Amino acid sequence: MEYFLELFMGGLTRGSIYALIALGYTMVYGIIELINFAHGEIYMIGAFTALITASVLAVMGVHQFAIMAIAMLAAIVYSSAYGFTVEKIAYKPLRHAPRLSPLISAIGMSIFLQNYVLLAQTSDFLPFPSLIPDFKFLEPYSNYLRPTELVILLTTAVVMVFLTLLIKFTKIGKAMRATAQDRTMAMLLGVNVNRVISTTFVIGSALAAIGGVLIASHIGQINFFIGFIAGIKAFTAAVLGGIGSIPGAVLGSFILGLTESFATGYVSSDYEDVFAFALLVLILIFRPGGLLGKSTTQKV
Amino acid sequence: MKKFHLKGLSVVAAVCTWITLSISGTGLAADTIKLGVAGAHSGDLASYGLPILKAAKLVVEDVNAKGGILGKQVEIIAEDDMCKPEIATNTATKLVSDGVTVVLGHVCSGATKAALDIYKDAKIVTMSASATSPDLTQSGKYPNFFRTIASDDAQAKLEVDFALNTLKLKKIAVLHDKGDYGKGLAEYAKGFIEKSGKGEVVFFEGITPGAVDYSAVVNKLKRSGAQAIIFGGYHPEASKLVAQMRKDKMKTIFISDDGVKIDTFIKLAGKYAEGVYATGPKDTSTNPMDKAVREAYKKAYGEDVGVFSINGYAAAQALLNAIQKAGSTNYDAIVKALRTDYVETPLGKIKFDDRGDAVGVGFSMYEVKNGKYVELK
Repeated sequence: MEYFLELFMGGLTRGSIYALIALGYTMVYGIIELINFAHGEIYMIGAFTALITASVLAVMGVHQFAIMAIAMLAAIVYSSAYGFTVEKIAYKPLRHAPRLSPLISAIGMSIFLQNYVLLAQTSDFLPFPSLIPDFKFLEPYSNYLRPTELVILLTTAVVMVFLTLLIKFTKIGKAMRATAQDRTMAMLLGVNVNRVISTTFVIGSALAAIGGVLIASHIGQINFFIGFIAGIKAFTAAVLGGIGSIPGAVLGSFILGLTESFATGYVSSDYEDVFAFALLVLILIFRPGGLLGKSTTQKV
Repeated sequence: MKKFHLKGLSVVAAVCTWITLSISGTGLAADTIKLGVAGAHSGDLASYGLPILKAAKLVVEDVNAKGGILGKQVEIIAEDDMCKPEIATNTATKLVSDGVTVVLGHVCSGATKAALDIYKDAKIVTMSASATSPDLTQSGKYPNFFRTIASDDAQAKLEVDFALNTLKLKKIAVLHDKGDYGKGLAEYAKGFIEKSGKGEVVFFEGITPGAVDYSAVVNKLKRSGAQAIIFGGYHPEASKLVAQMRKDKMKTIFISDDGVKIDTFIKLAGKYAEGVYATGPKDTSTNPMDKAVREAYKKAYGEDVGVFSINGYAAAQALLNAIQKAGSTNYDAIVKALRTDYVETPLGKIKFDDRGDAVGVGFSMYEVKNGKYVELK
């Protein structure tokens, strides 16, 4: 039972990270029907920003909690700025182009950002400080719930609640939902669609940055390529849950995380990805739109 | 037309020279000890073969200057096999008919294997400075084969010996990164543990490089009750695994390979790297002979030693020393001398085990102590 709980918690943690990234994919897709392949890179840039900020602050001798907060904030701001800029440079000019064009543009942006960080930083792995402290009160339970996992789970939960409130109860949230339903109609009714799209990119990027910082301080190392792998998995999770659906992305991420964890724990880590993708195929056979997605015919 | 004649003439001249040379070679046979040196001396793998040949020449010059062996001068007969098995058999046949006493070669494992049967039938001791395929020594098929380089599975063997004999562990988990290098090592390690009968492999699995985290694998490790992990792979995954294990307060011993024995690993794993074991090439830089050979090589050829020069130097020394100790060019006597008498080489003091692998050559175990890899003696 304890082993099951350990695996369960490990899976949930992994799922939380996937969810933080997957939300960015699904929100962007929901609004402009674009798969933003550069999203994983935003996550990676978030982790790098936090690393640089934390290193500078550590030299200055700032308290650990302050480092954590400031590094996280810096990552969010910087990644959001990147998300905003990427949209303005790579996607906005292609808004009315055939749908394949922004997709290619996204892939190009992803490659560009990866190589930019590779050149500006290093190709080596860099050690990432563990920003999350060891909580003493967790000692008795630390067997199946580590402090970093607790922080990741709590942060993700808080972010989800915040996001739900934002979308359900604020003016910008309403505008986002309207744009997602029918962009032209929303525009006709006076919604500033460009601003809504920018906001969506900023929110998605902020979430990815949070995910990046949390996982980097959990596993303790980053390099320029981490965004690609995490991005692919998060994208899978978004498709699993139904791309375009926010609860779907979260559900899909948790299912993916748990599947991977249990597959490793009870079968073999050799088959981790096999199980994850077999599940994806199965779900798409029976529900082509994903678990909570609307099944519509799409061209891309 | 004139051009053709010239060409024809030069071919004739070349043939004549070759015949003369061969005749004079055979003519001297009674007075010299012939050391065959076979390997890639041309083609794209010549950069492996030539440094060995050059190192052998240094040894021979040295030996001849001191009066030779058994009162005879040593003569090198170099033959090119281009690292191709089909050419290597011809090379071997040629060396045998030239009457070589011993052969230093070949360079590539495939070519060596092809040539070995011919030497075996002719009862000629063959020693390679670079062929690393485990099969060459472990199959037991080639009693005439020796080498001064560690075989591919030497690291796995060292890791397993260290875990079972030095640390006296019983339950070992073997992990790898699914890559050629890591998985290959892990499979050898698994094989050695099972064959030894002293320990058991509690689990054998591949992890996905670059995965977001390894908590599930770490939990599984914890549950398996493994006392140690032997990991085949590189430092990014190793440091993630070690850090995650130590954060979980697992004290499981971590043993890995030369993909991990680099300083980046310590940088990444930080304080969690303490106490990690990793195998790496033996440190020979403190050996004065190693230094002397490097200098002599540079002086003679105006270039730094090649990748297998030191191994080649040691092999030539070992072969000539064995003939000297054997007191004759008799096959059995040379083999016996190789297996019993230590010889001082730039690789250290070496002799050969029953299968032909050099004892005391190859890899050492290192441990991370105070943020540095320290060689365990």
